Amino acid sequence: MAKKQLYYEDVEVGTEVTPLAKVATTQMLVKWAGGSGDFNPLHFEDSFAASQGVDSPIVHGALKRAWLGHLMTDWIGDGGFLKKLACQYRGMDYPRKMKTITDPQEGETWWCRGTVTKKYVEDDQHIVECDIWVENAKGEKTTPGSATVVLPFKKAKS
Amino acid sequence: MTEGSAITDELRSMIGMATEPVIMEVERGAIRRYADAIGDPNPLFSDVEYARNSRYGEVICPPGFFGWPLKRGGMMELLGTIGGALFRAGVPRILDGGVDYEFFLPIRAGDILTSHGKFADFREREGRTGKMLFITMETTYLNQNGDLVAKARSTLIAL
Repeated sequence: MAKKQLYYEDVEVGTEVTPLAKVATTQMLVKWAGGSGDFNPLHFEDSFAASQGVDSPIVHGALKRAWLGHLMTDWIGDGGFLKKLACQYRGMDYPRKMKTITDPQEGETWWCRGTVTKKYVEDDQHIVECDIWVENAKGEKTTPGSATVVLPFKKAKS
Repeated sequence: MTEGSAITDELRSMIGMATEPVIMEVERGAIRRYADAIGDPNPLFSDVEYARNSRYGEVICPPGFFGWPLKRGGMMELLGTIGGALFRAGVPRILDGGVDYEFFLPIRAGDILTSHGKFADFREREGRTGKMLFITMETTYLNQNGDLVAKARSTLIAL
């Protein structure tokens, strides 16, 4: 899967991070619980979720954070390095239920997005800062955050 | 910042409380399951051959994964200890508010990490629905060479 490498010179303030679509499903939440070790029943049991004041099990904040990690590592490619990743869990999201063993019902799609806010060279590193977020189908940023990456630099050509 | 309620005094005295170090083995299979749960097919996380030929030379962890057992274990224990103070503060419900990671070195399969967690700070705020406490927990991760690989600052909201 040879991806095209992103270079420092390829981005400017305002450049969009290549968006990434995600569909949270009840199945994905179960896999996330197992993969991450977060077994809080808030994310898989209706009655417990209700006792915590939410309508039904909600998407783990940390899963949305992991989506943002995916957004950034895809964008920077194998040659980039993610230095910082931060986000806040501001809004709740509800997963789609499953229609078949493999396919979800129709419903919401989430988008992970970002824009470049700053680029500079520090200690010989070519650094790019971005605002990033997960937005729901209504366009609400339920998980806003930021990321700082180091990108490779095309050698001076002269 | 100066209101010296009994609650803040009790909590303030707990700042700096730390978890026992937690040792975590970073296994290829655990990395693969974690990446699969996110829906991230990046071969650096799952394809040994591909990763071997990359600049990392081995499968690496997606950001935020540090192997098993998870920091959650040690942290939940620590939170249990400060939970009493939160309960007495009338804010027994704890929500995950977010996280702030700083990464210094790649984490490869086969690494053995040691994490140290601590109760770093807190602040009190009046929310729409009453008092809220923002708790900051800090975790550092060292690899088997003693190098700092990552730091995490998690925010928990008690209300």
